[in-house]
Amino acid sequence: MVKNRTLFSRTADGIILALLVLSSILCIFPIWYTIAVSFSDKAAVAGGLVTWLPVDFTLSSYKKILQEQAFFTAFGVSIQRVILGGILNFVICVLMAYPLSRQSYQFRYRNAYMWFLVFTMLFSGGLIPWFMTIKSYGLLDTIWALVLPGAVPVFNVILLVNFFRSTPKDLDEAGMMDGAGPWYMLLKVYLPLSVPVLATITLFSIVMHWNSFFDGLILMNKQEHYPLQTYIQQLVVQINTDNMTTEELRQMAQLSNKTLNAAKIVISMIPILIVYPFLQRFFIHGIMLGSVKE
Amino acid sequence: MKKQPFAFHYHLMLLPGIVLLILFSIVPMFGITIAFQNFKPGLGFWRSEWVGFDNFKYLFELPDSRIILFNTLFIAIGKIIANMIVPVVFALLLNEVRTAWLKRSVQTIVYLPHFLSWVILAGILSDLLSMDGLINQMIGAFGAKPIMFLGSNSWFPSIVIGSDVWKEFGFGTIVYLAALTGINPSLYEAAAIDGATRMQQLRYITLPSLKPTIILLATLSLGNVLNAGFDQIFNLYNPLVYDSGDIIDTYVYRAGLLQVQYGLATAVGLLKSVISFVLIIISYVLASKFANYRIF
Repeated sequence: MVKNRTLFSRTADGIILALLVLSSILCIFPIWYTIAVSFSDKAAVAGGLVTWLPVDFTLSSYKKILQEQAFFTAFGVSIQRVILGGILNFVICVLMAYPLSRQSYQFRYRNAYMWFLVFTMLFSGGLIPWFMTIKSYGLLDTIWALVLPGAVPVFNVILLVNFFRSTPKDLDEAGMMDGAGPWYMLLKVYLPLSVPVLATITLFSIVMHWNSFFDGLILMNKQEHYPLQTYIQQLVVQINTDNMTTEELRQMAQLSNKTLNAAKIVISMIPILIVYPFLQRFFIHGIMLGSVKE
Repeated sequence: MKKQPFAFHYHLMLLPGIVLLILFSIVPMFGITIAFQNFKPGLGFWRSEWVGFDNFKYLFELPDSRIILFNTLFIAIGKIIANMIVPVVFALLLNEVRTAWLKRSVQTIVYLPHFLSWVILAGILSDLLSMDGLINQMIGAFGAKPIMFLGSNSWFPSIVIGSDVWKEFGFGTIVYLAALTGINPSLYEAAAIDGATRMQQLRYITLPSLKPTIILLATLSLGNVLNAGFDQIFNLYNPLVYDSGDIIDTYVYRAGLLQVQYGLATAVGLLKSVISFVLIIISYVLASKFANYRIF
């Protein structure tokens, strides 16, 4: 770098630093604020006293959640969904990516399969036919309705295909020479080499399953089958004041309980906040490896 | 042609995924026929009356359809432009930082909102933006009247675009940062020796190096002009802002699943799918032609 930095240059550095710190604060503040609200006293929140630290620190919202059966049921559904869906996504993604990463002379149907995949990714029947198909399979109100329709993460498959293709050809030839079959090559050679990408697609699929609310909303009729995000969506976000019954108005009264809602939001963020630091060091690397080709 | 000894195993590996795709992606495509029917759930697929293009004709006569199309385009294009500019600028700023730990911490923080759902973020936002929320308290401190942000048609589209940028700009910078690290450092050294200022280096080295990436992403975003973001708007909007916030996807949800106008909703969805599909194909063709981009 240049040694004698001018005053202009140093001022510029200062401004850049300030902008970066400011945008980081902007990104984290709403989340931080919600955490502060969740630990504050109800009255303090209603009076608008909370800005960035909890006022009259209390765990009462969290204690109240402990008594709510519906919250835990929804939490359980989400956990179940993430585990089932995550494993299914992973297995299918790996199984599909390997054959599709072969060259056409190794597997001549490769391109046909690939176009089929891309077609399903780009074109869809739309919401209503999708809903009716799942209904006709009799999957409504089962956990499989949340897991199976998204079981093939085409985008992730393509990411992994591109990564597999970027591994040296010599590796493949050496393996074949030693008599390794496709299953051996996939499990013992390609998978151990792909940890960053695998971590990335696993993060994506965990986050996708944890964050989905809409399929839960339309595919589940009974509230006890709602995943956590759908449950929160119904409770915290959706306030439809038109055509409201007295029963719903009574629930409205509960809705205004800001601290309780904040606590629910905080709890539902926890799993993401836990996996995020572990996997985020992989994903930048993983995305770039999967998408940049020679 | 050479022998392909493992073809059977390859087909076997692909089988589960292909079966699931057929069941959950291809089969629903046949449901598109509902768009040409006066579909009655009681009568089902086979016995509902065929009406040709009536659903589409009806759709174009609806006064709502123009508003919905306008809202969708306005919000989607606004997002595309803002999500183009902010990450580039942010990546450039971040690139100027030489302190590694600072750079890494800023990155880690700004990616975070991308991983939270719109349910959670909408919950947080509607609290912050409510009449007695923190933002209005701050406005109140300056003596101004509180604004009903999420209930005002003049505010709603900008809040949608702004909060989307807030959620996604950190994640959007990843690609640009990668492009920036790919620039040969000797270019900067040579420029510095020749006496180029930082602004000149930015203008003559950094920006031209980023140009291909910017063009590529701009081209690919073309396929998204009808996607204004269902999850976000669904969680933020309310009947007060239908005029400015109702988009194709939210309309399909309400008309189809809530008002049980299956035929109409499917027709709207089909129109959107077809146009989007064509746009995506065009954008991929352009991207492969001008930026040498391939999906696989």
